[in-house]
Amino acid sequence: MSRPPSRRRGHRAPVAILLAVGALLTSFPFVWMLTTSVKPLGESRQYPPRVLPSEVSLASYQRLFEDLDFGRYLFNTIIVVLISFAGLLLMAMAGYGFAKFRFPGRGMLFALVLATMMIPLQVTMIPTYLLLNEAGLTNTLVGIALPALVSAFSVFLFRQFMLTIPDELLEAARLDGAGETRVFASIVLPLSRPILAVQAVLTFIAGWNSFLWPLIVANDEEKYTLAVGLSLLNQQLSVNPPLQMAGASLMVVPIVIIFVVFSRHIVRGFTMSGMK
Amino acid sequence: MTEVPPIAGTATRRAPQPAAGAVVRGGLRRGALVPYLFVGPAFVLLVVFGVVPILVAACVSVTDLDLRGLGDPATVRFIGLDNYQRLFGDAEFWSALGNTGIFIVLGVPAIIIGSLAVAIALNTSSSRFFRFLTGFYFLPAVTAVVAISLIWGYLLNGQFGLINYLLGVVGVEPVPWLSDPITAKFSVALVAVWRASGLNIVIFLAALRSILREYYEAASLDGAGEWRKIISVTVPLLRFAIFFVTVTTLIGWMQFFDEPYVLTRGGPTGATTSISLYIYQQGFQFNEFGFASAASLVLFVIIFVVTAIQLRAGRFAHE
Repeated sequence: MSRPPSRRRGHRAPVAILLAVGALLTSFPFVWMLTTSVKPLGESRQYPPRVLPSEVSLASYQRLFEDLDFGRYLFNTIIVVLISFAGLLLMAMAGYGFAKFRFPGRGMLFALVLATMMIPLQVTMIPTYLLLNEAGLTNTLVGIALPALVSAFSVFLFRQFMLTIPDELLEAARLDGAGETRVFASIVLPLSRPILAVQAVLTFIAGWNSFLWPLIVANDEEKYTLAVGLSLLNQQLSVNPPLQMAGASLMVVPIVIIFVVFSRHIVRGFTMSGMK
Repeated sequence: MTEVPPIAGTATRRAPQPAAGAVVRGGLRRGALVPYLFVGPAFVLLVVFGVVPILVAACVSVTDLDLRGLGDPATVRFIGLDNYQRLFGDAEFWSALGNTGIFIVLGVPAIIIGSLAVAIALNTSSSRFFRFLTGFYFLPAVTAVVAISLIWGYLLNGQFGLINYLLGVVGVEPVPWLSDPITAKFSVALVAVWRASGLNIVIFLAALRSILREYYEAASLDGAGEWRKIISVTVPLLRFAIFFVTVTTLIGWMQFFDEPYVLTRGGPTGATTSISLYIYQQGFQFNEFGFASAASLVLFVIIFVVTAIQLRAGRFAHE
């Protein structure tokens, strides 16, 4: 990391102030969300608006779980995230296969994997829905998670990482009589902990936030995820801002906590997926 | 499907290790299947949900498949290119395409200039405070778009939104942020720019940190001021990062869906309906799967062509 020239030192204070103001503005919507979520209904629509509530009321959160079905949506979201983690294993396996084996057709298969990166969800949503419908998977949590279970780019990143594992290590284990599953589970996976950590955090965020698939695949309220349930609250826009902001907080706060705890992993992961 | 037999190229591309790719009479030796078993599941999923849908869309787009056809396949008729003809004659399709074009024209420069400016500012120091600030800018990139759209919908609300109140304090008339067809385009784009900037700031920061200090020192010796250094040293050296962000941002706008869906449902009067939202509406609100498949395929071709042009242009820029 190269430090910028010291001559700039004199310019730093105004830059720092500008950036701090920008950071406050960027995060203000989240502050507004949290404070509104604990306001009594009347106060949220009062003119002039006030940033801090006069009293903290958890009534909106209570309504989300008691009158509305957000407990179920939360449960469904967690299940979808857990299913997505199975995809993590499949992607690690594929990355290992492409990195450490030579087999007929490897180049072609890998090129095909990379080619799927070019095809966006929005192009495939209609036919994928038809396929899931044919397979009887519409309106199921598996159906929600399945289309996004594996990402070509993650397979690519796993492969890049696993290329750096020395072959000798794997050969030695095989000579000791370890089967292929054993080699993968007790040597490759532990050595891949850094990339697994990055990918696990990104998988969690993507699964938790995902909107389009749950919106398309879940027909019944029984199968809604938080994102879908929340988007329906928008019909109450003019009616109940604290309720909406409580729902938004329910989605955002866990991610903010994860972000604060794992921010190094997340930023590294996104930079990797940015800069190939 | 996981046991893909090595049909093509076995003879010429025989792997060197005896275990992999060795053919024994009557079938493959056990070890030869191993790589396919590792690669297989992920590969099959990628093909089923990445490649097969394009083929399905192509087939469905020449039929009149709708909700009735879904229940009873016998009623589905082959109708040739009728769907495409109808699509190109549909004013709403062109309006959605036009909106997407406007989003691109507004959004791509805004995201690139905004993210680059913030990244350059953040890069003036590597102190703890600056790294702390980076987190704030990145936060919108990891939060759910649905939640973000709801928050902004409340902030921009015409009657009791905070933003109109603040404008009122300084004497500006209330702005119909989401209910006026023209203003709504800007509002929806603004929310997306706010969300998308975080990731690009981080990408630009990573690229900025790889620039050697010597370049700036040389520029200083030549008497270049701060602005001059940004224009003559930073921007040219970030060529690749800028190109990369341009490509991904452009494709991102062509897939623009969540913000208009939640904020405006594509309204008022279709003013914020993006091409992706148009496909969604045709498919899942009107259940016109054949027609929507035709539109999907057109979007695919557009994205494919734009990407190919950009990659070609990128190669020229590199040479």
